[in-house]
Amino acid sequence: MSTTPRTWKRPPALFTHTGWRRTIYIGAVVYLMLAVQSIEVDWMRVYEGLERGWRFVQGFLVPDFTSRWSDIQSGLIESLTMTMTSTVAGILISVPIGIGAARNLSPMPVYLFCRGIITLSRSFQEIIIAILLVAMFGFGPFAGFLTLAFATIGFLSKLLAEDIEACDAEQIEAVRATGAGWWQVVNYAVQPQVMPRLIGLSLYRLDINFRESAVIGIVGAGGIGATLNTAIDRYEYDSAGAILIIIIAIVLVVEYSSSHVRRWVQ
Amino acid sequence: MTTETLTPRWQFRTPKQRLLRWIGWFWLVALTVFCWEIMTRDTIWAFVADAPRQAADIGDRMFPPAWAYINTLWEPLWDTLNIATLGTLLGILFAVPVAFLAARNTTPSVYFVRPIALLIIVSSRSINSLIWALLLVAIIGPGLLAGIVAIGLRSIGFVAKLLYESIEEIDQRQVEAVRATGASGVQIIDYAIVPQILPAFWGISVFRWDINIRESTILGLVGAGGLGLQLQASLNVLAWPQVTMIFIVILATVVISEWVSARVRQAVL
Repeated sequence: MSTTPRTWKRPPALFTHTGWRRTIYIGAVVYLMLAVQSIEVDWMRVYEGLERGWRFVQGFLVPDFTSRWSDIQSGLIESLTMTMTSTVAGILISVPIGIGAARNLSPMPVYLFCRGIITLSRSFQEIIIAILLVAMFGFGPFAGFLTLAFATIGFLSKLLAEDIEACDAEQIEAVRATGAGWWQVVNYAVQPQVMPRLIGLSLYRLDINFRESAVIGIVGAGGIGATLNTAIDRYEYDSAGAILIIIIAIVLVVEYSSSHVRRWVQ
Repeated sequence: MTTETLTPRWQFRTPKQRLLRWIGWFWLVALTVFCWEIMTRDTIWAFVADAPRQAADIGDRMFPPAWAYINTLWEPLWDTLNIATLGTLLGILFAVPVAFLAARNTTPSVYFVRPIALLIIVSSRSINSLIWALLLVAIIGPGLLAGIVAIGLRSIGFVAKLLYESIEEIDQRQVEAVRATGASGVQIIDYAIVPQILPAFWGISVFRWDINIRESTILGLVGAGGLGLQLQASLNVLAWPQVTMIFIVILATVVISEWVSARVRQAVL
């Protein structure tokens, strides 16, 4: 009559209360049923689409770089130049905003103002900003440049501000103790501490901006997205496949080289 | 005078380092200027100068928002939430096995299976969900399904990448302890690996769900259902008050989903 159990069952990691767990399971099942019911699928259309899907797979395997090369080239140049300029402009603007949004360096009104800019920039999707900017600035890469620069500000300033707030306060104290002014504190105590991370984040944002620049062309903000959109609209899946392969290749190159530069900088 | 020659001015870097850094910055500036020239070659500056007036004009037309229009937005909003949630579930469903195949310590073969899994992750991550949606709308037709599959395909890479990194970081001693009891491969995964990565898994999933809510609000622009579809319709007829209303709904949804996601992550991690 041993009372030690012979088997062991792992206790649930989440929602340890049985009643809660059951309620949540039932709720999830009910939601799934409701959600799945809201999908209307036209199976005939899907069946017709399968052939197109197969053509796309073929286009991806045998990409056609030549017949639309001039379009692809101009789209690529637009995307790449847009990425570069918007990242640089975004960084230049986001450094002061990031410093302003760091609680340990700036007074309350400046802090709130800069946090406001960051929230505004982060809460809207790039595409939505692009729609508005295209309406203001007309079609073309300039609207795309502004969109990406604006999106960069929210991303970089937020992370930079968090990094500055996490700075080693003793170094700031030490520099301040020598009688340094605000600018000297920023330059000699904060900047060396955050610089490697700022460079890392900038390279990461360069990567993100390229990916986004491949999309905002769909709403008219220039770049390879417009070319891709046209190719898919015309059912030229071999050209679309070529464009996608180029995008993947560039993203790979940027990601690989940026991780190298980051290691080299740190 | 003598002290200065004895202790030379302190310098942060050697002359060679300074020269290299100077050259680096010079090339960066040159490259930026070059890119700027190419990018703005076709820009019509008169339009740019005109932009503040245009902005004021659009702002004028956007206000006041068409509050009554919200009644037509409930259903697209429900669709958007479904696209995000079902898409995330679909993505997770495929991401979990891919993550186990990609992690160095659980993959069956480092030289054959792991590169394939990494390739799946990279191609899923480098293509934006809007592009996936564009393709899927062309293939399976407009509607929710295209949106769900697009979100799912895009989520695979994100979830799998973060998950395989956390699998690689697990405490190997626990795996050895469970293995020492004579556990099979499945049992090792179930009792030694899963408990260790479960908090990370929930954190990643909820984080991705939050991102997917944002992304699914615009998928309709290319025909994949949800709020974006209404946005496209309103933009096409230049009904700016309706556009404002849609923006407000999107903003509210995004803020709420971000709050939910932050709370869940706080509770889990």
